[in-house]
Amino acid sequence: MTIETSDKYQINTSDEGLCLELSGDWLFNTNPPDFDSILQQILKITPEKIHFDCHKLQKWDSSLMTFLVKLLTNCKENDIPVILETLPKGIQKLLQLAFAIPERKGAHRAILGQPVLAKIGNVTIEMHRNWSDLLAFVGELFFGFLNFLRGRARFRYSDLFFQIEAAGPSALLIITLISVLIGMILAFVGAVQLRMFGAEIFIANLVGLGMAREMGAMMTAIIMAGRTGAAYAAQLGTMQVNEEIDALKTMGISPIEFLVFPRLLALCLTMPLLCIYADFMGIIGGAIVSATMLDISFFQYFQQIQGFVPLKHFGIGIFKAGVFGVLVATAGCFRGLQCGRSASAVGFAATSAVVTSIVLIIVADAIITILCQLIGI
Amino acid sequence: MKTTPHLDISNLTMAYGDVIIQKDLNFSVKHGEVFIIMGGSGCGKSTLLRHLVGLMEPSIGDICVNGQNLWQASIDERNKIISRNGVLYQGGALWSSMTLSENIALPLTEYTDLQPKQIQEVIAYKLSLVGLAGFEDYYPSEISGGMRKRAGLARAMALDPEILFFDEPSAGLDPVSSRLLDDLILELRDSLGATVVIVSHELASIFAVGDNSIFLDPEEKTIIAHGSPKELHESSTDQRVLRFLNRTT
Repeated sequence: MTIETSDKYQINTSDEGLCLELSGDWLFNTNPPDFDSILQQILKITPEKIHFDCHKLQKWDSSLMTFLVKLLTNCKENDIPVILETLPKGIQKLLQLAFAIPERKGAHRAILGQPVLAKIGNVTIEMHRNWSDLLAFVGELFFGFLNFLRGRARFRYSDLFFQIEAAGPSALLIITLISVLIGMILAFVGAVQLRMFGAEIFIANLVGLGMAREMGAMMTAIIMAGRTGAAYAAQLGTMQVNEEIDALKTMGISPIEFLVFPRLLALCLTMPLLCIYADFMGIIGGAIVSATMLDISFFQYFQQIQGFVPLKHFGIGIFKAGVFGVLVATAGCFRGLQCGRSASAVGFAATSAVVTSIVLIIVADAIITILCQLIGI
Repeated sequence: MKTTPHLDISNLTMAYGDVIIQKDLNFSVKHGEVFIIMGGSGCGKSTLLRHLVGLMEPSIGDICVNGQNLWQASIDERNKIISRNGVLYQGGALWSSMTLSENIALPLTEYTDLQPKQIQEVIAYKLSLVGLAGFEDYYPSEISGGMRKRAGLARAMALDPEILFFDEPSAGLDPVSSRLLDDLILELRDSLGATVVIVSHELASIFAVGDNSIFLDPEEKTIIAHGSPKELHESSTDQRVLRFLNRTT
């Protein structure tokens, strides 16, 4: 007796049980029938056994296989025997393969939403772990530094020179561009206000002081965080993925001394120099605006800066740059060494390095500024 | 019976810039055949595979898939031909930011009109074929190297490819897993009728699955032996081939 028919299948019942006649092409791109409705039809009958008639079946792909896997799973749950021998050989083999290794117990993950308290707990544990890791890293760095002072630190000087070149001269172009523009912006914003009081000449004080004490170091640090800090995190992260850091450790070479130290030293040495350069470029930017907008000659502008911006302000900026250099290198290397073992983890490490660096730069800047106020410089 | 070879390579020369890797390669792969590309380290086996799957353009020569020239076809046609292939890379090459389920789903969403529910069913079936049922929501970094390789195979099979390419399938696997993978390759060939091209220097696998093969030599920079691995082992007179197949120095 025929129960249901379509161009792809026909369900017949007889004394021998249920016969599922498959016909035509069972391909994904030829609109396969609705599996669930066929299954419901079959299970409603609850046949003694199921066999197949495939002599009209033509082309087939995983579309038929997913249906058969579903059918077999359901029949197994309902204790309905299925005569697989009535299927073509290739299909039989694939079904055997699909059921050869049963699902490992507990492998399937139930995706459940986490309660708020559990989320807060996890974030707290993660933060605690992060801080512990950071402290351990700083501790190792300190011992590395002691080894360096005793001349026992193991790193290659060629790496140090390479890192100095990469962090210093290679960054000059971007530092020039950003610093000149920052100097111009400072001068432009100040010019609008100072012109109202006829105090245009003080634009030199504004730009000179702003660049020397704050903006030169700050902008250099932010550029280096995005450029060099992220590069450090990506380099060390990729080394982590490729097990290169494990290789160093198993050879008894400290990655802190071999990898972190050259990078840290390179930034400590180059950042103050880049800061001096950025100060000078920013002041030139201010001079351009002063000369073009306010009719202040270069001579007047530089004489004003020389008279009213003492060298101590430049010193404070340079000191800050050195501190920022340590922070950017530490954050970049820390995030790189903390990196997971996948490509996406490298991206996360680089992003995280930049965010950490910028936060540390701003916090350190605030602390140094307050200390300078307290000391009176 | 199909008479056109599934893959036909004629006068192929591969080079990186001015450095020739292999030259004058001529061979064809029949439908449903397991074809082995073998040779010592650095002879250009993987480079040849990259040419066959359409990742690299030949310096000279033609690569025809089902009689259609891969590099004379338009970009759309070439992409269509390439999408009918499945490739298993040495390390699995799974996308690390995606779960196994998402890795297999990507080609299905790109090249079929399947509904999300149907895609999930196909994913479960493909993972069960490689013995990874239930691992849908795992990230590649959370499973072992062997499992990554099998998951890579499940992804390679997502679109029921006509040709399956394997780059060093046994590399990094223990002997039992390697043997199981060999069996799986043969099962897939027999049940799906797919053509299989394998780059390998694992002798056990070569003899277990290979119907036909070529041997590339790094010094002559061309094919120095062609035939079934067993035949080459028994009747080749070339010392370089015999040394390789007998593991002698």
